[in-house]
Amino acid sequence: MADYTYTLLIPLIPLFVFLLLGLTGHKMKPLVAGLIGSTGLGISAILSYATAFKYFIGSHVAGAGYASIKGFEVSWLHLTDKLTIHLGVLIDPISVMMLVVITTVSLMVHIYSIGYMKGDPGFYRFFSFLSLFSFSMLGLVLATNIFQMYIFWELVGVSSFLLIGYYYEKPSAVAASKKAFIVTRFADLGFLIGILMLSFNTGTFDFQTLTDPHGPAIASAGGAAFMGLSVLTWSLIFIFIGGAGKSAMFPFHIWLPDAMEGPTPVSALIHAATMVVAGVYLVARLFPVYALGAPDALMVVAWVGGFSSIFAAVIACTQTDIKRVLAFSTMSQIGYMMLSLGVSGYGGEEGLGFMASNFHLFTHAMFKALLFLGAGAVIHAVHTNEIGGMGNLRKHLPITHITFLIACVTIAGIPPFSAFFSKDEILVAAFHSNKLLFAIEYIVAGLTAFYMFRLYYGIFWGKNTQYHHTPHESPLVMTIPLMILAFGSVFAGFIPFHALVTSDGLPFESKIDWLIAIPSVLIGVLGIVVATVMYKKENPLPDKVAGTFKHLYKWAYHKFYWDEIYLFVTRKIIYRYISEPIAWFDRHVIDATMNGIAGITQYSAYAIKGLQSGKLQQYGFVFVSGTIILVLIFVYLV
Amino acid sequence: MNILNLFIIVPVLTVCGIMLTKDLKQSRLVSAIGMGVQLILAFVLVYLYLAERGAGNTATMLFMYDAVWFPSLNIHYALGVDGISVAMIALTGIVVFAGIFASWKMEFLPREFFISLIILATGVYGFFISIDLFTMFLFYELAVIPMYILIGIWGTGPKEYSAMKLTLMLMAGSALLLVGILGIYFFSAPAGSPLTFNIMEISKVHIPIEMQRFLFPFTFVGFGILGALFPFHTWSPDGHASAPTAVSMLHAGVLMKLGGYGAFRVAIFLMPQAAQEQAWIFLILTSISVVYGAFSAIVQTDLKYINAYSSVSHCGLVLFAILMMNQTAMNGAIIQMISHGLMTALFFALIGMIYGRTHTRLINEMGGLMKVIPFLGVVYVIAGLASLGLPGFSGFVAEMTIFVGAFQHVDVFHRVVTIVAASSIVITAVYILRVVGILLFGPIKNPHFLELTDAKWYERISTISLVLAITAIGTAPWWLSNMINYSLAPIVERISAVQVTGLF
Repeated sequence: MADYTYTLLIPLIPLFVFLLLGLTGHKMKPLVAGLIGSTGLGISAILSYATAFKYFIGSHVAGAGYASIKGFEVSWLHLTDKLTIHLGVLIDPISVMMLVVITTVSLMVHIYSIGYMKGDPGFYRFFSFLSLFSFSMLGLVLATNIFQMYIFWELVGVSSFLLIGYYYEKPSAVAASKKAFIVTRFADLGFLIGILMLSFNTGTFDFQTLTDPHGPAIASAGGAAFMGLSVLTWSLIFIFIGGAGKSAMFPFHIWLPDAMEGPTPVSALIHAATMVVAGVYLVARLFPVYALGAPDALMVVAWVGGFSSIFAAVIACTQTDIKRVLAFSTMSQIGYMMLSLGVSGYGGEEGLGFMASNFHLFTHAMFKALLFLGAGAVIHAVHTNEIGGMGNLRKHLPITHITFLIACVTIAGIPPFSAFFSKDEILVAAFHSNKLLFAIEYIVAGLTAFYMFRLYYGIFWGKNTQYHHTPHESPLVMTIPLMILAFGSVFAGFIPFHALVTSDGLPFESKIDWLIAIPSVLIGVLGIVVATVMYKKENPLPDKVAGTFKHLYKWAYHKFYWDEIYLFVTRKIIYRYISEPIAWFDRHVIDATMNGIAGITQYSAYAIKGLQSGKLQQYGFVFVSGTIILVLIFVYLV
Repeated sequence: MNILNLFIIVPVLTVCGIMLTKDLKQSRLVSAIGMGVQLILAFVLVYLYLAERGAGNTATMLFMYDAVWFPSLNIHYALGVDGISVAMIALTGIVVFAGIFASWKMEFLPREFFISLIILATGVYGFFISIDLFTMFLFYELAVIPMYILIGIWGTGPKEYSAMKLTLMLMAGSALLLVGILGIYFFSAPAGSPLTFNIMEISKVHIPIEMQRFLFPFTFVGFGILGALFPFHTWSPDGHASAPTAVSMLHAGVLMKLGGYGAFRVAIFLMPQAAQEQAWIFLILTSISVVYGAFSAIVQTDLKYINAYSSVSHCGLVLFAILMMNQTAMNGAIIQMISHGLMTALFFALIGMIYGRTHTRLINEMGGLMKVIPFLGVVYVIAGLASLGLPGFSGFVAEMTIFVGAFQHVDVFHRVVTIVAASSIVITAVYILRVVGILLFGPIKNPHFLELTDAKWYERISTISLVLAITAIGTAPWWLSNMINYSLAPIVERISAVQVTGLF
């Protein structure tokens, strides 16, 4: 077996860069900090590519499956006789794939940020946080056990918090970072409870043991424990809550649109390509347990994914902030991935959905990072996020225009661009499992094409907006990453995922099912045509359509009022009806009781202190009168 | 000479040294040197302890020392440490050291201040090294009394009221404790053998169950009051709010740990049967403590109150874990004591430093401080993240150990209280991020803040030493955990040897 100990360096280099920049960055020139960050990530990326090559091609025996290999492991904390937390690296198809995704996108974002963040006073801080995030995310995907994953899960959460709140003087950014952290933290509580249940019942945290089809986890599947579901099913549902929180699935999605307050490169890296797919990765990581041990939990995954994808797609059609459109698009696409995992089976062609989900994760990372970085270039040029303040930019930003168009065509699922292949596999998997979910995904495909081209025309065509300064194309340091990612978006579809990343490690045959593919392409084209008619030239049609579907439009525009629901729960219920009464109770009941006891003591002291006056006359009087009373009692009563 | 004696001798010498000094400069220097030596001594003790264990010494208590000082009642000055007390001594060393540097500018009666502070520290050290109940109680009182003086003279706000309240409530605890200790003394010795206060001697016999049932609540509540057990925690917010910085640090950082340590070492270890029978009552109280403290912290506006309620929540978790009475949870409890001691000391140090600059502790009057005092701001964020249990800091290790340990009980009651306690990780995030958001981020609210200066060197020493300790435990928890585990094993064995069919 090949030696993979060196893969430890892939996360450790960014950690080192984080510490270096965090401690000494304020003394560096901004460009130096940027270069150090990019170089560090560049080395990690090269190591990741080398690992991918070695794992998938170099040391692979033809015909054999891809094994899961522990490259390195140390014991970190001993908990009980059975349970010990280890830290290590696990090399298997999905972790290697994620290494490539993360380091590629992260490197592009690093390079792009050198241009985008130029002149920002916190330049070094930005790069140190990016490195912290890269370290955490790489640690997460390389985790050998679920507790290590939870550790890094929290660390990516805090990196995301720090980067969303990067512009910390802006109250909206601070609020958004807080919201993101607390909502995901709430979901993480579910994850933690799930881990506790799973580890208690199986006696292990280790992924290899857990996902072993003959291991203790899957063997413990039988029996109903609570409300007709087994303990294993419950624990996996709880774990999925954690995944749904991180991946912004309904109803934990509310943090994602607000997270767009962060700098745009951050949105590209964290809130589009890598961290938000951690939930998908989590389910994929435990996939054999879900598929073989708890099909009910997998159904939950499928329906949450399916519902989230259409819910987000509808909202995306109405938003006017370009980053928010992309945020809802991300949520919708992750819903696709979740659904795909949810409808998948285990092993061979049954595992088509598993493969398709990872495939789509890969292609999505490319085109969505491209979209965000393109949006960043646009925002950089016109200094607004609102679609209303843009228009007719294709002449001013030619490279951004072309790459953005490529990404839009890709996400619309037009062949031969990459998402066509990955999306088609998802549709096939859904078709063979659940017709209703399949139908939903068809509608989402059309909506996706529509809202993306609405965005595209709104930015690059449409009305002739008058700009204060003529917008100009971004510097090469920003456009080169765009071109590289555009290349990835176009050609990533030709990677033979069915031979590389499968549920059981064994390759299977897969071909395009044209009966499903052709209608899906047609729906995509229809979406594009409708968008072209409505938005290519400025015309009253959009307002008319919005007027026709007034209520739906209004609800979708307000994101179906989920923010308001959450605000009601937190502000009104938790703050006003739980916290404040508790604080009041503490001061006015418990503490008052303590003060009351003290008060009574003091009062009694005052009441009886007259007896100890030290005055002889008083003592004498009391003495004599007492004697007289006693004598009287004795004389008359006894 | 026995190394443990030095932990009493060095502070006493330091106090004598301070008496000879004339002004602030000299007295703080003497204190810093004395407590610096003490800190080194604590690390030497850790090293010697590990070396002894490495050499194969399996005795429960190491570095034992025994001298009779009250023969007629068989009271001994008996010392000895195991892994748990060694860890607590290291904690005390760090917090006291940081506390001295946090009081570097104590202009008012500096000599008296440092003397009282170090007497307090002596009491804490003495408590952790004694294995004689009476001597332990003596040191406990030695630690509590200077508190009254420190808050009453150097405090702020309604200091007399707070000092009185704190002292009276803790004294009420002492009174209960005294009943418990005397009860243990009188009923532990088998017929014919002399009465003893020695914990290790008492642990060899079984106190009759009827007496345990009677004495356990006295002892546990007595220590619990110091550990902020609900509903006897209200001294904590007022006391902390009025106390000067270093006193808050020492009090929340180490003095409150006396409660947890005592509850564990005396109440549960010596009376395991009653503990198992009555645990459910206190589990309910402590799980309320955990959530209740956290919810109260959400709506507070004074930084010190926020941290005091946060301490109620975190210390509640300590007692909660102790009552789970298995190896993992108790290990978590000890780590949580150390972790909370460091974190809360760091918080109070920072609050003192911020207050010294802004002259307010109300968060609504502050804002945007990150811009003007970046060092303190960053450290505050680190303290906050540690407090909400971020991996890489000590809080995470402690909480996870506790939750995994508590989850080893299969019955519904334990499951429910565990999940209630675990939900505090979300509420903690809410109040921490609320404070960080209002205090440090956003626009600068008060133009006067623009003139603030960042941390001075002594403030950096104080905060960095605490941050280092928090990170060290958070990233390399195994040595601490293993050290505690080794010493816990015989204790847990004794507890689980008695099988009681309790209510749950």
